[in-house]
Parts: sequence; C-alpha cells; structure tokens
Amino acid sequence: MSIQVKQPVEGEHPMEKLLRMDRIPHIWCPTCGLGTVVTALAVALEQLQLDLNNVAVVSGIGCTGRVAGYMKLDSFHTTHGRALPFALGLHLARPDMKVVVFSGDGDLISIGGNHFIHTARRNVDMTVICVNNFIYAMTGGQVAPTTPITARSATSPYGNYENPFNLPLLAASCGAVYVARWTALHIRRLTTAIKEAMTKKGFSFVEVIAPCSTLYARLNKLGSGLDLMKFYHDNSIIRHGADVREVGIDFQSKIVVGKFLDIEKPTYIDSVNAGYKRAFGDKYKPYGGTHGGI
Amino acid sequence: MKFWRIPLDIDQIKIPRGELHIIKERCKGCGFCVEYCPKDVLGISDEFNNKGYHPPVVLKPDDCVNCQLCEMICPDFAIYCLRAEEDQKEVPIESK
Amino acid sequence: MKASKNNVLAGQHYLDGNHATAEGAIAAGCKFFAGYPITPSTEIAERVSRRFPLLGGLFIQMEDELASMAAILGASWGGAKSMSCTSGPGFSLMMENFGLGIMLETPCVLVNVQRGGPSTGLPTLPGQADMMQARWGSHGDYEVIALAPDSPQESFELAIHAFNLSEKYRMPILIMTDECVGHMTEKVVIPPAEEIELIERRYTDKPPGKAWPFELTENLISPMLPLGQGYKFHITGLTHNEKGYPAIDAETQEKNVRRLIDKVNKHADEIIWLEEKDVDDADVVVMAYGISARVMQPAIAKARKEGIKVGQIKMVTVWPFPEKRVRELAGKVKALIMVEMNYGQVFLEMDRCAAGKCRTYLAGHAGGTVHNPEVIYNLIKESIK
Repeated sequence: MSIQVKQPVEGEHPMEKLLRMDRIPHIWCPTCGLGTVVTALAVALEQLQLDLNNVAVVSGIGCTGRVAGYMKLDSFHTTHGRALPFALGLHLARPDMKVVVFSGDGDLISIGGNHFIHTARRNVDMTVICVNNFIYAMTGGQVAPTTPITARSATSPYGNYENPFNLPLLAASCGAVYVARWTALHIRRLTTAIKEAMTKKGFSFVEVIAPCSTLYARLNKLGSGLDLMKFYHDNSIIRHGADVREVGIDFQSKIVVGKFLDIEKPTYIDSVNAGYKRAFGDKYKPYGGTHGGI
Repeated sequence: MKFWRIPLDIDQIKIPRGELHIIKERCKGCGFCVEYCPKDVLGISDEFNNKGYHPPVVLKPDDCVNCQLCEMICPDFAIYCLRAEEDQKEVPIESK
Repeated sequence: MKASKNNVLAGQHYLDGNHATAEGAIAAGCKFFAGYPITPSTEIAERVSRRFPLLGGLFIQMEDELASMAAILGASWGGAKSMSCTSGPGFSLMMENFGLGIMLETPCVLVNVQRGGPSTGLPTLPGQADMMQARWGSHGDYEVIALAPDSPQESFELAIHAFNLSEKYRMPILIMTDECVGHMTEKVVIPPAEEIELIERRYTDKPPGKAWPFELTENLISPMLPLGQGYKFHITGLTHNEKGYPAIDAETQEKNVRRLIDKVNKHADEIIWLEEKDVDDADVVVMAYGISARVMQPAIAKARKEGIKVGQIKMVTVWPFPEKRVRELAGKVKALIMVEMNYGQVFLEMDRCAAGKCRTYLAGHAGGTVHNPEVIYNLIKESIK
C-alpha cells in the first residue's frame, strides 16, 4: 500500500500550539541545536499535560535567550544573567505557576553565576535548562566559562587556556536536587529529563550540549553543525548516577551524559514555612504566594 | 524479523505506518532528519525552497514507521509525521 | 481603594525615617521585598523582615543588589506590590535592571537612602549626590519619578504615595531619602486604614488573544496583563512593539521610547508636587528637597525677619523637575537658590530652566553633614545684592 505524501498545510505541525507562529521562522542558524531543544520542551509540556496557562518561561540574553520569544506561554526576556533572580521573584509571587528558566552557558554561569549558586543553594522550585554550546554565540563567538582548553573563539584566537566549569558539578555542589545532561540529539531522553525536572520539587538543572555551527564549529574547524551534532552524539557515554566530579568536558572529548543526581530536599518555600512555623507556631499561616497582594 | 521464541500475540503485531508532511518553506537544510531517520526514508532533494535551501524529500514512503524522530529533531518545525492507516504487514517469522 | 486594616499600624509612633518608610510600604500593600544589606538603608529591610511573616508577605535577602532589582520586577509581574531599598553603591548596581523595569513598565518602588559618595564614601553620613544618577543612571533615554521625604512622617506618607504612583503609571518609582532622614527619630502618626487611599494597577479587560502588554492607549499607560490566565504574553527588554515582541528598527524605537518619555511628561502637572511658601512677592526663592528643605527654614526665617523677601519651594517630587514653574519664576524673581548636599546636581536643572533670566546660586557641599543654616542665610543676603 503506498502512502501519499500530502502537500504541506500551514498550521498543522503538532507543535504549533506551543509556538508563537507569528514569529516563526526563528532566528537560529541552520543546524543550531536550539530548535531541537525547544521541540523537546514543547513535547515535554504536551506529554505532561500541564495547564499551559500555568507555565512561565524566563530567559536571559543570547541565542538561548531567544527561546522565550518563540514559546507561546507567559514569557519574559530579561537582562543578561538575571533570568534566575527574575524567575525567583516570579515564582515567589506565584508559587502555583511552573517556572522554567532557559539560559545559555554564558548567561547562566558567567554573568549569572552568583545568582545560579544562590538560587541552587536555596533550592528554589524551578527548572533550569542550560543550553551549553561552549561559546558566546549571539555576540560573535567569544570565549565562555565552559569553553574547553585549546578551543578557539573570537576572544581566545590562539586557543583557550582557562579552566572551564563542569556544570553538573557546579549545580550539584550548590544544592540542586536534580542534575542531568544530554546532548540535543538524545531527543527522547532529553524530553524525559525535562519532564522529570519539571515534576521534581526543587532546583532541577538540565544541561543540554548543543552544536553551534556558525561559531564554535566554524572557528574550531569542526565541520558543519551536522558533523558537530554527530560528534557529540557519537562521543557521549550514558552513565546514570555518574560522579559529577568526573564529568568535565575537554575539547572534542568523550561526553558523559545521563541523570547524575536525583535527591529530595525541602524547597525554598518549604524552608520559609518551616522556619516561621518554628518561630510563630500556629499563628503563622504558610506562605502561599501573593496572588496580587491583599 | 528474528525471534528467540515466537510471541503468542504475533498475529496482532502491527508495524505502525507514518505519513510524512514536509513544510518545505520552513526548512533550513540542516540535514538532521535525513541523517537520523532510522529507516533512511528521507533524502535531500535537488529543489530549492524560497530561502535557497534544499528541503528533504521522502524517498521510501512505505518504510516510515512513525517514530517521529524527524519531527522531534527538526530545529525548524518543518517536518512532522502523522500516524497513517494501520497496515497488517506480513511479519516474516524466523525462530532461532 | 482603602488600605487593609491588617497592614496598617495605626496610631502614634516614635519611629525613624527608615522604619517609617517600611511601615508606609506595608500599609500600601507591599507583599514582596528583595534587598541586600547596605548602610544606611538596612533598617527598612530589617523591619520588613520582622513584619512580613505574619502579614503574608515574603522577605528575601538576595545575593546582591542586581538580583534584588531583578527579583522585585519578577514579583511585580507575578502580581505583587514589591520594593527594594539600597544606598549609593547598591544603586549603581541596580541601574541595569532599573532600566529593565522602565522598559518593561513594571510597577515597583526603590528606596535610595543616600549617603556620602562617590564609591564607598561615607556609609553613615548623609548626602544627596545620587540625584542625577536617579535621573540618568541607567543607559538610554527615559523619564523617572523621584520623591524626597524630609521627615519620618513624610517618609511614611511618601512610601504610600510612591506605591500609588508606581501602580498608576506602571513604572518603578524612586524614593530618594538620605541618611539623616532615614536615621532621624520623630513622631509619626499613622492614620487608620480607612483613611489611606491606595491605587491598584489596571489590568486589561480584553480577553486573551486580543490584549497586548504595551497597547497604545489615550493616556499612554497600557493596562497590564495578568500572569497565568491564558494571555500568554511575551515581554522583552529589547525595543518592542505593542505586542511585546522585539522589533529592532528605528521606527519602533522612536515609538517605544517616545511613549515611555511622554507617559511621564504628559502627566507632569499631576505628578509634580511642590510645597511653596511666600513665593508670590519674593525677590529670591530658595529651593530644596529632602532634609535640606528643613535645614533652609531657619535661614529663611532669619532673612525674612530682616525684611528680605524670601520665598521657598520644597520639592517633594524632584523628578520630573518642575521646569514650567521655575521658568515662570525666573522671570519674576531676582535670584534662585538651590540647597542640596552635593556640588550641584538638581541645581543644574534649576540653572538651565532659569535660562539667564535671573541669577542662580548653589548652597552645596560634598555631603557628610547637613548645611549650616548660616551658610544659606549668607547666600540669601548675597543673592539680592
């Protein structure tokens, strides 16, 4: 039996209800891993069957920062590095909403580093998806705190010599309760990780290794984005529960992926309530958000 | 298909079929779908879309099993797969 | 609408300016506070941290001032009345996100209890040298509204007024006090809740899909969109169109920035609050704000006794600057004097508006102490020579 391939009709792609179709096509380069990560988020939201009115996306600045602009949810495109405190304020005013922070490696860990360690320390109930392309892509390919040693970039033209961060180690040591890393190609496992991160109570961190074709791949002569994506996937080793101290990434090395950490800890609001209960006893009403203030 | 032992519900196994829809004008020619289709259903066409890229073309429509990997992996939301009418395809059985 | 009884500590109190500001904010319905300790503003944070738990508010001490400003914006978009407090060095850090607050048109209140600067300066002594920073601190073109209380009583009242302004005009409002007012303890009468008028932000009445976060309205203030009710709005710090989507072109920039500026300027007459005395027949008018407005009183009284026709204007709102009034006055008086604890910041505005029509004088110094009224008195005498 032969299948007819129907002619495409706009408005039929299953993900369209989660995208701002008036802004598609998006600005990301061909073979950029970001579109794939957005699809993973969209599929995860759909599979979780969440009320989409109750999900907010906050992002910073950069290529990954543009994700907020394309998702059809209450979305906020804030300043560089300050997506986390903005999302914190949003979450504390409305703890009933699910807040997802989408940020790049530079935005989240470099300028946003302080906010990252403190929000993780407080174990604020939010999901943080860090798309790691090892470079500052939007501004032209400058070195990032995750750029491996010897990789070239616009501001490390002779090869990077600084030690990069090991993001899962950073997240775990600061107090995250869920830490996972996948490449953009591990699309189904990434979707599952996002689902788990969103249902998990506490600070959940998912690192996604995505290819940057126009900058990282080109400046380091790694071929096309497709070649880089293939490389990341073929060189990833799945090791659930691996010791986060050993999952650092070197230039064109093996990449350890998987779910590294999944523990239980009281969230920030739980701690607030516990603390004030200790102080005030029954006089204290547990904090349930401001809902527009009384 | 080789089986270690023949499953009791072998006559109920249905291999899903997929119907591919390609939104040609959205494609940016990245090649992910072509590269990663597990059944090698797609290929790069020679035609150009209005952005100048070569969108994919379905080479072996009968082989698509609706795994939806192309749909999930496409960064540009330019391809999707719908479950086609189910087909009672003959599953040749070989026991080991 | 009226303040809620729970929030108002009605009665007569003996409070310092910072505590009064905190009480004012709580009476106004503030339910979220994110701050970072910095002398001399810390008492506001401390009092809020004590009062909030049983009132259903949330206090969080953030890791730095940058996070504090971002958090209060986020909480405001979550529907809460939010505020932060800081002083000079922290004010500098908050500037980028203050600009974001202006651009996103987010209601919130930021208190700067000014101290001696620049840099670490004089943490425990007053100054008024952040006034131009209040006006131009963040990058880009925009307008601000800044209030300056001169006593703990006024700190309480202006805190409520600041929240009302922020909700009405949908923008961050600045309260520029100084260490002297902040740490001065005086009688504060807090009225009962029924006597406190509050303004709440306007939400759109259009259904989802038909409402946009920055709609152009007649009064230039767009109604806000509520979070989590299906509006699925997008807002960005990039130059944006009415829908909130980034639009990177000169035309949208003109429309966007023009509206942000006009939003304040076209309502300047309502916003500007001056307390004038004896100006009608004056030969010289002394202008001041904050604690300096009290310090000038003895000097003016002394000069008046000697027959010098001195008028005074206390600027309760420092920004937007009362340009029209000063231009008008400059044609009628011989001299205008500005008293401020800096080397001439708001003085520059007064001088610009005087446009040479009268002489302008500055009673200024580097901060660290309030003025000696003698200095102001001598300047008054000199100005009418």
